[in-house]
Amino acid sequence: MKIKTLPVFITIVFFIIFFIFFKGLQNSNIYVPKSEFENDIPSFKAQIFDSEKKINSTDIFDDGKFYLVNIWASWCAPCRIEHPFLMNLSNQKNLEIIGLNYKDKKENAKKFLKELNNPYEIIIQDKDGTIAIEWGAYGVPESFLIYNNKIVKKIIGPINKDSFLKIQERIK
Amino acid sequence: MASLIGYYSLIFGFCFSLLIVLFSIKNFRNTNIFDNKIIFLTFMQFSFVVLSFLGLILSFVYSDFSNQTVFNHSHTTKPLFYKISGTWGNHEGSLLLWLLVLTLFIFIFLLRSKEQTKQYRILTLLFQQIIIIGFYIFVIKTSNPFNYIFPIPSEGLGLNPILQDPALAIHPPILYLGYVGSSIIFSSTLAATTLNYISKEWAKHIKNWILVSWIFLTLGILIGSVWAYYELGWGGFWFWDPVENVSLMPWLALTTLLHCILVLEKRLALTSWVVILSISTFTLSMCGTFLVRSGILNSVHTFTNDPDRGLFILIFLFCLIFLSLFIFFFFHKDKTQLSNNFFWLSKETSILINNWFMMYFLAVVFIGTVYPIFLEVITSEKISVGPPFYNKLIIPFLVPFLFAMTIGPKLKWIKSELRNKFNLITFLIISLLLSVLIIKSLNISFLLNSLLITAAFYLFFITLRDFFTRKFENLSQSISHFGFSLLILSILFNNILSTEIITNLKIGETFVTKKFKINFEKIEQKEEQNFKAIIGKFSVENSKGNIEILNPELRIYNQPNIVTSEADIKTNFLTDKFMTMNLVQNQDYFNIRYQTKPLMIWIWISVLMISLGGLKSLIKKKYEN
Repeated sequence: MKIKTLPVFITIVFFIIFFIFFKGLQNSNIYVPKSEFENDIPSFKAQIFDSEKKINSTDIFDDGKFYLVNIWASWCAPCRIEHPFLMNLSNQKNLEIIGLNYKDKKENAKKFLKELNNPYEIIIQDKDGTIAIEWGAYGVPESFLIYNNKIVKKIIGPINKDSFLKIQERIK
Repeated sequence: MASLIGYYSLIFGFCFSLLIVLFSIKNFRNTNIFDNKIIFLTFMQFSFVVLSFLGLILSFVYSDFSNQTVFNHSHTTKPLFYKISGTWGNHEGSLLLWLLVLTLFIFIFLLRSKEQTKQYRILTLLFQQIIIIGFYIFVIKTSNPFNYIFPIPSEGLGLNPILQDPALAIHPPILYLGYVGSSIIFSSTLAATTLNYISKEWAKHIKNWILVSWIFLTLGILIGSVWAYYELGWGGFWFWDPVENVSLMPWLALTTLLHCILVLEKRLALTSWVVILSISTFTLSMCGTFLVRSGILNSVHTFTNDPDRGLFILIFLFCLIFLSLFIFFFFHKDKTQLSNNFFWLSKETSILINNWFMMYFLAVVFIGTVYPIFLEVITSEKISVGPPFYNKLIIPFLVPFLFAMTIGPKLKWIKSELRNKFNLITFLIISLLLSVLIIKSLNISFLLNSLLITAAFYLFFITLRDFFTRKFENLSQSISHFGFSLLILSILFNNILSTEIITNLKIGETFVTKKFKINFEKIEQKEEQNFKAIIGKFSVENSKGNIEILNPELRIYNQPNIVTSEADIKTNFLTDKFMTMNLVQNQDYFNIRYQTKPLMIWIWISVLMISLGGLKSLIKKKYEN
């Protein structure tokens, strides 16, 4: 009997480990350093998504209004998960959502927005990922809440219920 | 063009995998003679992987940006050396390197195992092919290094500057030789278990493979650590970063396996240990690949966070684990009927003690690395496990470990008594006195430190004495153990005696302490092929009036546009002087970090010595048998 229980037991243990790793894969996995600073937003010039026009960052952000810069890509699975929250936030009156399309193919990005709707006022393109680097982004997705040209909140990984409520609280 | 050839060679190589499996199964059933066609097929498979790898290298050399991997990781202004090393400095290329080493090793294995039975060779080949096929599918499906992009970009995105470094150019290939070497151990152990083939002769034959992968793994870790020391600019050499842990875990398992296989070779005992350790060494290597490649942990080695890749490795890894569990439980027959008749004071016991200590260290490292993931999944709480955790759990246990390491090799098989008790006690007293003396003179009073220094000195003296008294009997073991004592001593004194100063200086300013004076003389600018350098000139004058010039650098790379800080290190046999400089935002000040790190070079030398011991053992086998 002893010989039979041991393999079963060990197999179960490994299944549990497998399950945890599997779940862990879907979590955002980035260690978040706590920063309370309000940093100035970096200035940049970038191409607008699906057009030839270029835009300066100073033309996007006005004082006295909240902006949410959201770094996303069609190939990023967690972006799909946070998308409903973005759609919900896009209905807020005093908040504009700016999309930063990160290292993406235009067709895929279009398909993504067609399928899930477009929450963004403006989408800027970041083909080689350099703008994201200047923002100090850790990866995709990542969101920055901006007020008076300062970053007041940084959300690393997908927006979840918790961070969604916090954003709502902040922009009241 | 090169990409195209590379891609098709990859596919052809995969087809050969299937052919090999087909022929092997046929050969396994039918005849009694090993079919030499199979060796030819393995050679062909290896050649195709080489061709594919060359294709990728050529695409990098000629900056063929129609290839997505090249586009993402290379740039025309990059020096040729880094164009080539960039081939394996990314996810896709490094997996191709895995495949290369996998196929190379199984080919060599077949050539060098002619005296083994046919069944065993073919079964090993089959298990190895399972791994190879798994990696083929992984490469072709999720990480194809030959993806085509159109329109062809005119310029690439460049390689991360901190990876543009000679040490890091050779670090992956050497580490992979170690990791992948353990795949041969894995497949051959599974084959031997299935066929009930484990014997003293088998142990002798597989020992060489264990030694080879152990040497490469040790060297690979060493190079990575040296790189971290001078490139990351914190002046440390081991950070307990998940990625480092991931290479340390297979090393611990492999080191334990190396000791167990000696027992198996001499006494036909500890067979279960050998089987379990062989399996765990390779699964730990794979687990490491999973942890760093899936992006489940974040580090320098995370190339992309692509959940598909992570999922594939995870499933593949657990298939291998369940396969080996199945084989272990259904086929393994423990041959250690002899095992119970050894006396408590014997070589067997000391090796068992060594094993349990090693397993403890392994468990600590494993838990420290994986626990944050578990916690996050279960409670969605984020924690990070840092050096204090490892230091607290590992350091105290080093004391008995070192004592066991000193006494163990003195014992004989089966039953033993301590000879030369006089010597052993004398040296113990000498080490104790010496460490008390050192502790007193340095004015630190920790019981743990003095115990640790005593234990390390004890091992140091006893192994040193062995060089003279034991002549050349078991020299390899003496070298490695001596190296280990030197390593512990160097790390200890390095930790205790290191000093560090962090300050902000303007050009022309001087910073004065009791012991020395740092003078910031000037900065110079230099243009290199793919970066601009700002070189600071500092003179450090110590109390005796000796002046040393240090030139730390800031490098501004053009593509990607990243500033890195290059440390300047002046090394001698006693101490390292280490200086880095950083920009302070919007000011004329530079942030200066100056460190003295005693005995740094001995840390590297001692690790080299440890692996040298392994090399000695490998060579000895050749002319003695």
